[in-house]
Amino acid sequence: MAETIVFQSLPSRPAPVNTEGLVPWVKNNLFANWQSSIVTIVVGAFLLYYVPQLINWAVITATTVANADACRAEGVGACWGVIREKYRLIIFGRYPFAEQWRPLVATLLMVGLLVMSCTRMFWKTWLIAAWVLVLAAFFALMYGGVGGLSVVQTDRWGGLPLTIMLATLSIVLCFPIAIAVALGRRSRLPAIKTFCTIYVELIRGVPLISVLFMASFMFPLFMPQGVTIDVLIRVLVGVTLFAAAYMAEVIRGGLQAMPKGQAEAAASLGLSYWQTQFKIILPQALAMVVPGIMNNFIGLFKDTSLVYIVSLYELTGALGLALNSDADWRPFKLEGYLFIVAIYFTFCFAMSRYSLWIEKQLNKSKLR
Amino acid sequence: MPTEQTKDIIVFDKVNKWYGNSFHVLRDINLNVKQGERIVICGPSGSGKSTLIRCINRLEEHQEGHVFVDGTELTDDIKAIDKVRKEVGMVFQQFNLFPHLTVLENLTLSPMYVGKMPKKLAEEKAMLQLKRVRIDEQAGKYPLQLSGGQQQRVAIARALCLTPKIMLFDEPTSALDPEMIKEVLDVMVELANQGITMICVTHEMGFAKAVADRVIFMDQGQIVEQNNPHDFFNNPQTDRSKDFLSKILGY
Repeated sequence: MAETIVFQSLPSRPAPVNTEGLVPWVKNNLFANWQSSIVTIVVGAFLLYYVPQLINWAVITATTVANADACRAEGVGACWGVIREKYRLIIFGRYPFAEQWRPLVATLLMVGLLVMSCTRMFWKTWLIAAWVLVLAAFFALMYGGVGGLSVVQTDRWGGLPLTIMLATLSIVLCFPIAIAVALGRRSRLPAIKTFCTIYVELIRGVPLISVLFMASFMFPLFMPQGVTIDVLIRVLVGVTLFAAAYMAEVIRGGLQAMPKGQAEAAASLGLSYWQTQFKIILPQALAMVVPGIMNNFIGLFKDTSLVYIVSLYELTGALGLALNSDADWRPFKLEGYLFIVAIYFTFCFAMSRYSLWIEKQLNKSKLR
Repeated sequence: MPTEQTKDIIVFDKVNKWYGNSFHVLRDINLNVKQGERIVICGPSGSGKSTLIRCINRLEEHQEGHVFVDGTELTDDIKAIDKVRKEVGMVFQQFNLFPHLTVLENLTLSPMYVGKMPKKLAEEKAMLQLKRVRIDEQAGKYPLQLSGGQQQRVAIARALCLTPKIMLFDEPTSALDPEMIKEVLDVMVELANQGITMICVTHEMGFAKAVADRVIFMDQGQIVEQNNPHDFFNNPQTDRSKDFLSKILGY
């Protein structure tokens, strides 16, 4: 009988060409061949020409003096003084000047709550209580009428507090509605399915501006005499229902992508429809569409700027309010816009990075 | 008939099923399964094997005839379905573990939410089942971190957690590498020797010979032939089963 040959595996060795480090990176990514070299040089020249000009305008020849005449002088670049002059009007809108500490504290509370809600170590049951408390404090501070605070009607609310409040509440409220509608569109019951489909198609078929317009001006016509609902609530409901329709479709995309076997396995284990949805299907389906969900959240955050149509002056509206009415400062709208761009970008970028972190957390179970 | 049902844990009485209007997938199925019986169902693909066993826990609905499981008839009645599903465990070809839950959570889910068992007890029982399929050291991992064979053993343990009277296997080794098939079959053989009622759709003829009390051969939605494994493999009665066996035992 022949002797058994013992199998021996070859030892692994490093790759022959170094592909890690700065020099190989530049070579591979910027100068890989002559086409890519040309693009690199053209883009580089463009940047070399324009970036110094931008810095010159924004920093070197810019002025921060809150004086419109100084800004108009020859050779002066960006006029950041407009922000120094108008920042309270831009950030707080028409809220009474002397009371503006109230929206400031309210906004800080709200942002603090949002940051906490995004942090794993705070994911405890008392966070729900914190939400209730902070929302109550927010409205108490903004509206007043308690603890000796003077009443400020909602039509005077504006600027960043309004933006953050509208965005936060519509995001939080639209999410459960969207889940219900997404599940409804896949329901086996024809009535529910039809209702959800009509809802989504109707809302998606009209622009947000018209929804806001109807919420603000048409809805009151159908209310009984003497009953009024605050414009802020009407707008909030409008924005929420609008966002929910879009969100529902994103979530439905995730539901569609679930393999049938997951629901079957859950059924074979005796789980009910709702147990299956909440324990098995939704956790996975939502994890799959985190980028889409965050896309909608970010869009929603910026869409709140459209409430100017019903005379609510959130951040963007407040900027117009601050500068349009003042002939001295009107020419420096660009600087004003850059200011609110920075604010919008801060929030949206934070949301975007947070979504990446969430994705990473959710993908842990997929790492081998 | 009633006396028949008390003896038989599963009864198919002239069951017919269609997919859509034209695909007649189960045709006049009559089948009685005794408590503790081990049955292997084989047949070409599309013959209705999977559909047949999926009617036992109502993953599929039949349109004609009656299906009784442990004395309960399967109808649209949700209570009846829930009762049957507690008594029937199922193992799928694609494992269908829940990838977002750890192995242990996969096992405790149903006992906790369907069986209303306290978490601690559910975990103790789950660990026992994991030991039974020799995979208890992987309890904290996620399913996708395991090999296919390990995942299928977890799936078997998960189905056992509700202490079912009946276990259904739907081609449990068809998605596995050859080296992993044996570890799953070993677990199934052990299970078979412990007296649980087992219905297994498989093409593992070695497994059928080793443990089955009865082999059922299906084709075109019908039960063509059924016999004990020795006679079925050595002396098939119909031309269709002869042809099938010559193909699958050819190599």
